Amino acid sequence: MTTLVKSTSRSSVLPIVAALVLGFGIITVAGHVQAAALHDAAHDVRHATGFPCH
Amino acid sequence: MFQKILTSALFAGFCAGLLAAVLQFVFVQPVLLHAELYEGGDLVHFGADPVTAHPELPGFDAMRDGLSVLFSALIYVGYALILVAAMAMAAERDIQIDARKGLLWGIAGFVTFHFAPAFSMPPEVPGVAAADVGLRQIWWWSTVAATGIGLMLLAFGSNWVAWGAGFALILAPHIWGAPHPDTLIGPVPPEIAALFASRALGVGLIVWAILGALAGYFWQSENQEEAIA
Repeated sequence: MTTLVKSTSRSSVLPIVAALVLGFGIITVAGHVQAAALHDAAHDVRHATGFPCH
Repeated sequence: MFQKILTSALFAGFCAGLLAAVLQFVFVQPVLLHAELYEGGDLVHFGADPVTAHPELPGFDAMRDGLSVLFSALIYVGYALILVAAMAMAAERDIQIDARKGLLWGIAGFVTFHFAPAFSMPPEVPGVAAADVGLRQIWWWSTVAATGIGLMLLAFGSNWVAWGAGFALILAPHIWGAPHPDTLIGPVPPEIAALFASRALGVGLIVWAILGALAGYFWQSENQEEAIA
């Protein structure tokens, strides 16, 4: 039983980390990267979502 | 498991993002467009004559507003991935999530990503005076991290040390202080900036609460399907 629980935990670390990396990656690109094209495209949403914009 | 997280997050994040876009168009965009008239110099605050508070605003712009819908959905899918990953972490510790509990998780997400940064650095209307964007971004991320960990300690800590540390972490970024501009040269009237900040936060709260409930619901049903299978 203990082994089973442990193996479940180990196998779930990677998917959780992967989801977190993907989530934070999306927030960084959509909300924070200052490249002009991205900034202009996301401008209104960045302001409305409270990200530091300019 | 990654597929379960991804499925729940995509459904919940996309629905929440669309709702955010609709609420933004109705409640935030008119204020933003009004501010841009001052940012661009079409209207001048404290000029010689009083300025009408109800100028004609630009209407619907398919390209600009279409991109807003896209990025709104994208950002809330990003938030949903983080939220559902946290739910998966909780499930590992036998904490079960459903739509009702998800609502609370969503509100915690709002506090972490919107309200805590806004406490010292309110949502900026276009044209507002602000410190260097890089410094503000570092402060924004640090505040999000400190608040997220702090809330986790408050919610799941089991003794006063954990609760005290959580409380201290939540306060720390504000005692440290957010980067503010050296001079106040923003051309936008305070009435517009204040309405913008409260509207942005209000929309954030509604959308995060719904995002949390949806994420909890989809996460629970993904897990139930597996249990039945």
